[in-house]
Amino acid sequence: MIKHISSLLGAGALALGASLGSARAADTVKVGVLHSLSGTMAISETSLRDILLFTFDEINAKGGVLGKKIEPVVVDGASNWPLFAEKAKQLLEQDKVAVTFGCWTSVSRKSVLPVYEKNNGLLFYPVQYEGEEESQNVAYTAEAVNQQATPAVDYYLAEGKKKFYLLGSDYVYPQTTNLVLLEYLLSKGVKLENIGGGFRRDGAGKIISAGKYTPFGHTDYQQIVAEIKQFAASGDACVISTLNGDTNVPFFKEYAASGLTAETCPVVSFSISEDEFRGLPAKQLVGQLGCWTYFQSIDTPANKKFVADFQAWLKKTTVPGIVKEGRVTCSPMVLSYVGVYLWKAAVEKAGSFDVDKVRAAWKSGLSFNGPGGKVTTQPNMHLTKNVFIGETKADGQFKIVKTFNNVYGEPWLKGKFK
Amino acid sequence: MTGASQASPRRSRIELTVVAIIAVILIVVLPVLNAQGAISNFTLGLWGKYLCYALLAISVDLLWGYTGLLSLGQALFFTLGGYMHGMYLMRMIGELGQYKKPIPDFLVFLGWERLPAFWEPFSSFSFAVVMVFLVPGLLAYVFGYLAFRSRIKGVYFSILTQALTYAASIMFFRNNLLMGGNNGFTDFKFILGHSLAEPATMRGLYIATAIAVVLAFLFCRWLSRTKFGLVQQAIRDGENRVLFSGYATMHFKLFVFVVAALIAAVGGALYTPQVGIINPGEMQADKSLEAVVWVAVGGRGTLLGPILGAVSINALKSWATRAYPDLWLVILGGLFVLVVLFLPGGLVSIPARLKALWGKVRRSPEKPAAAASDTQPASAKT
Repeated sequence: MIKHISSLLGAGALALGASLGSARAADTVKVGVLHSLSGTMAISETSLRDILLFTFDEINAKGGVLGKKIEPVVVDGASNWPLFAEKAKQLLEQDKVAVTFGCWTSVSRKSVLPVYEKNNGLLFYPVQYEGEEESQNVAYTAEAVNQQATPAVDYYLAEGKKKFYLLGSDYVYPQTTNLVLLEYLLSKGVKLENIGGGFRRDGAGKIISAGKYTPFGHTDYQQIVAEIKQFAASGDACVISTLNGDTNVPFFKEYAASGLTAETCPVVSFSISEDEFRGLPAKQLVGQLGCWTYFQSIDTPANKKFVADFQAWLKKTTVPGIVKEGRVTCSPMVLSYVGVYLWKAAVEKAGSFDVDKVRAAWKSGLSFNGPGGKVTTQPNMHLTKNVFIGETKADGQFKIVKTFNNVYGEPWLKGKFK
Repeated sequence: MTGASQASPRRSRIELTVVAIIAVILIVVLPVLNAQGAISNFTLGLWGKYLCYALLAISVDLLWGYTGLLSLGQALFFTLGGYMHGMYLMRMIGELGQYKKPIPDFLVFLGWERLPAFWEPFSSFSFAVVMVFLVPGLLAYVFGYLAFRSRIKGVYFSILTQALTYAASIMFFRNNLLMGGNNGFTDFKFILGHSLAEPATMRGLYIATAIAVVLAFLFCRWLSRTKFGLVQQAIRDGENRVLFSGYATMHFKLFVFVVAALIAAVGGALYTPQVGIINPGEMQADKSLEAVVWVAVGGRGTLLGPILGAVSINALKSWATRAYPDLWLVILGGLFVLVVLFLPGGLVSIPARLKALWGKVRRSPEKPAAAASDTQPASAKT
């Protein structure tokens, strides 16, 4: 029975041991990488881990940051939101990392946010999100709604589209995006009856939810596609989709089967990038639109070098668990990449790794010429960047059809468009 | 498997002494060391989380180990308890949320300007505490009543519990429910006027959790030794016999099912403020399965085993997700397989195993020695 106690304590020692794992060297700076390497989000998030390790190697080869080599501390959030909070605590309180690059889903960000605020840490968040947030402890390299959704609407309007169908997965990002889009469309003179997907009103008749929503993992899109087909009968309709992950497969299958095409009624998806086509059949989506602040097909020397360097790094890396074949680059990856360089620039300007000083440097407006063109930091912790609209090709790449330059990242959009 | 109930008074006394020592370490020693700075806030926080899971494991063991009811949906009651307490914690944020409004952020985001009526009473801590018990308890009562009255048993019962938690998770994922949707509740600030950013508050929550674990353990141990407990174990070993002996097994099972739900709910209620988030992901099917694995690894039907299993597996997970972020699933999975194959009694059976092995080693030297030496033919002659 005594052994029970010792094994109980032993288990605790394991947890303690985690903090003693790696020795601290004076000429390195610890940087946290907090992504899901297992679970449902792993397919997207491991790519961000890979690009971060690549970026660290690239910076270390050129002498590091302030003369210190970056020492990555990689942890697995395992698509488990409470575990994200625990790992964030570990990175900040035990490993004492100077900065963390991480999170994909909004819920993981919401889960770690109190931890970063309490410890005055700094988190770089690279994935398109709903806004309505402006923490002093998060650097949002992510696309705000006005860097993805509203430019897509502008593009459609210029193309002569008059009817807009809103469709999404039922969680905070699609719900918020669609409410912003509703206001934006109305401000552009689109009539309420030409906005599809339905509305939900509160007791006073105010619209509190716009668009059609399906749960995660939904597979039956027959009825919804039939509704879209009816909606699109006039020939001047389009779909704005914030469907997430796997649900895109049955949706586009049904969409193609019903005879709808990119010509009769195009769909713009905000959650499908080049990386998602590693798991999605691109053939069913040919001609459909994507909208991001980077596409691999951007034809500039900087981007070509970036893509080639990443492929070369993949070939020679010895980090276990990295997939080497069929890899692509996409917007969340590039926003992770530019995030590291912007952090480096902020640290060098501040002359210190201190979070308050780094934040002040960020707010002063730093620029970096990344693979997607120039990005500039803003006082509201977001980024000014270029926005591209692309048409899906059969090989899972995008043909760029429209570019918006230097779009200011604006997190607070509700009630802005009148 | 029925070791605990058949134990001699002497063994029982030893067991209680050990439990008392563990209890003192958990409730007094660890917090004191933390207050002195010898144990970091982070480590104590982890222990608090592990002990919440231990409560969930105890509830699974009470059902599975002692009554033979394999519930694959126990995390539902845990999460419901967490949600009920979470509603109080959300109200305590006040106007410190992202939107600086007097109602929770997610309601602002959904376009609400006033608090929905069913949220109103949750500003009271005592009301929330009552609901922590009432909601999971009532659900367990209704579900248990329907399931046991229809004599749903064995694998069918397990599948139903799994379906129940799955259905509940889909319901809670919906924003329409006004319970925070996919994001659930997070960004808590205060509990009973104390800031959750203060180490002292977290220490208090940890102590409350440790006390809850010890009380739950003692209660279940006591219950298993009463006449009720014996019937309960008889149901596990041969329900039809018990039924034909004139016991209404349904009432026994229903009582245990509700008690187990309440223990899990307390775990969840303590979990929410310590971990800082509660969301529907916690009631997805795999969470309940995980709890069953903790019990199996620790030792089913032993009460101490589930606590040991919950704490050690989660500690291993905490460590491995940092030390081997790519391999931790393989490590954990491999461990489960090894335990099932070579240690069917779980971790708690290690001392008995070692004792048996030691006994063998002490007795056996004569044999190999005799076989090897040339005295054997001599002895064979005589």
